Amino acid sequence: METVPSSVSSAAPSTRKRPLWKTVFAQRYLFLMSIPFVIWVFVFNYLPLWGWTMAFQNFKPGRSFAEQDWVGLANFIAIFQEPHFYLVLRNTLAMSLLGLIAGYTVPVLFAILLNEIRFAFFKKTIQTVSYLPHFVSWVVAAGIVTKMLAVDGIVNELLVQLNILDKPVQFMAKGEWFWGIVTLSDLWKEMGWNSIIFLAAITGIDPELYEAAKVDGAGRFRRMWHVTLPGIRPTMMVMLILSIGWLTSIGFEKQYLLGNVLVQDYSEVLDLYVLNYGIGMGRFSFGTAVGIVNSLVAITLLLVSNGIFKRVTKESVI
Amino acid sequence: MKYRLTLGDALFNLFLYTFMIVVGIVTIYPFLNLLAISFNDSLDTVRGGIYLWPRMFTWNNYLQIFLYNDLLVAFKNSVLRTLIGTALGVFSGAMLAYVLSRQDFIARKPASLFFVLTLYFSGGMIPVYMLIRDLGLINSFWVYILPNVVNVWNVFVIRSYMDGLPISLQESARLDGANDWTIFYRIILPLCKPVLATIGLFVAVGQWNSWFDTFLYNSTNSDLTTLQYELMKILSNTQAGASNQARLSDPSLSNQVSPESIRASITMVATVPILLVYPFLQRYFVKGLTLGAVKS
Repeated sequence: METVPSSVSSAAPSTRKRPLWKTVFAQRYLFLMSIPFVIWVFVFNYLPLWGWTMAFQNFKPGRSFAEQDWVGLANFIAIFQEPHFYLVLRNTLAMSLLGLIAGYTVPVLFAILLNEIRFAFFKKTIQTVSYLPHFVSWVVAAGIVTKMLAVDGIVNELLVQLNILDKPVQFMAKGEWFWGIVTLSDLWKEMGWNSIIFLAAITGIDPELYEAAKVDGAGRFRRMWHVTLPGIRPTMMVMLILSIGWLTSIGFEKQYLLGNVLVQDYSEVLDLYVLNYGIGMGRFSFGTAVGIVNSLVAITLLLVSNGIFKRVTKESVI
Repeated sequence: MKYRLTLGDALFNLFLYTFMIVVGIVTIYPFLNLLAISFNDSLDTVRGGIYLWPRMFTWNNYLQIFLYNDLLVAFKNSVLRTLIGTALGVFSGAMLAYVLSRQDFIARKPASLFFVLTLYFSGGMIPVYMLIRDLGLINSFWVYILPNVVNVWNVFVIRSYMDGLPISLQESARLDGANDWTIFYRIILPLCKPVLATIGLFVAVGQWNSWFDTFLYNSTNSDLTTLQYELMKILSNTQAGASNQARLSDPSLSNQVSPESIRASITMVATVPILLVYPFLQRYFVKGLTLGAVKS
């Protein structure tokens, strides 16, 4: 908790000639209002980093730090020798990338299409409805997806009645469908919400641009392509950067709640692996090491996406 | 706005409106369906064929779930954590945001860096678990509140809103002899209502919807259970039931009402409070979201 006082002295020369302690005293309320949170964040965000040492130990709960056995990289070697790890890694990568691609492009399209609707009331209603699933928990969303895709669910019923299927399919029991189901559920839940930013950007486009394009004889598609899209380009860039940044936290809620024993070869992601092995089986050191590998994978993903992004757009995220 | 409707335009409109109606139905139907099931007689639901309207109307499903003691406790805990967590989260977020928005605060730069850095790393599940354990927060209600007091992302959204307020207000208050706390509490806080409403909604939704902390830290103590966690248990039990393994957690309950009806009515209890609130805050959160994106 030395951070604040020490950093104060380093920032001091930039302030006026007044002695440092006088400035600090004058701003005492600001210090009182922020130091509790500095301590708070130090405890809950910085202290856990110390726990990374567990990855290099054969950690036994109940022993003091000095009594732990240090094992070097043994835990990391164990991870890479575990065949199951590669399966989990594949699932994590696949679902991250699918989520990034679909979760980014579909909301843009949705916003552009929504903007084409002329009836304000209809537009407003669709908008409000489309935000709804964002506010329910993944527990509720997973319950809904499971119910709709069940053998006697509405999706099967419709597909059979439309003669697309001969007999109902057990969607939730097919491993190869799991990635798709997770991606679609995510879209169902977040598409409307993620389109808010793009819609706001579209609203900011000068209407005269549309008029001018119309005068020049541009049809609807040309106007979407040449006016709307370039108009929201800056926003799209910012959001792409953010989405790539979010790759680091693909989470495991969906996978945990939608998955079951039958599909676990496709549903288990790194965080779940940590949960099952680390906390479930008490292999704390191994689990922490997997957590560190997870962070490294996330950073690699970030760098790779940034590389592609840079090559395509000549701009850099980081 | 007069222009001739070409064939292409007409086809496009057809596609556009059909698509939007489909999106609307796909989004709202599951909720209406669950609502209908939650009001339909449990035995009758098993026969299938309930879509938008209950066939045999009853209050019994709701009566049953509220007779089930764990669920009352869960409801109480969910409400409590939402109220306390939101009040604390919004107030401390605003306070910290105010300090960081003060250009003349001498520790502003290092303090901002200290908080921003936490957005880029996390200790990971096990180190955090160990910390929570060492702090004695396992099997405690406070594990729902304390780790979530400061959300750095929210702090920066509030701060960028404060950056847009005219500085002259603060200066004239200072000339009148107000100290920094008074300026924050009496002048800045009331002006920030729109952004605080947005952040409050986000925090409240996060608290209300959270189940994993209950699962990880408090799953052995039924006095500390939450609504989402109870729902999650029922969901995973029925899912396991699909592969012929488990039954509902409480056998006495499953005798009277089928798991499907219970799930539908708990889902409604867990969903309706949020649905009643969010449409009214819509114009605020649209603004708040835009603010967050511009910031970064």
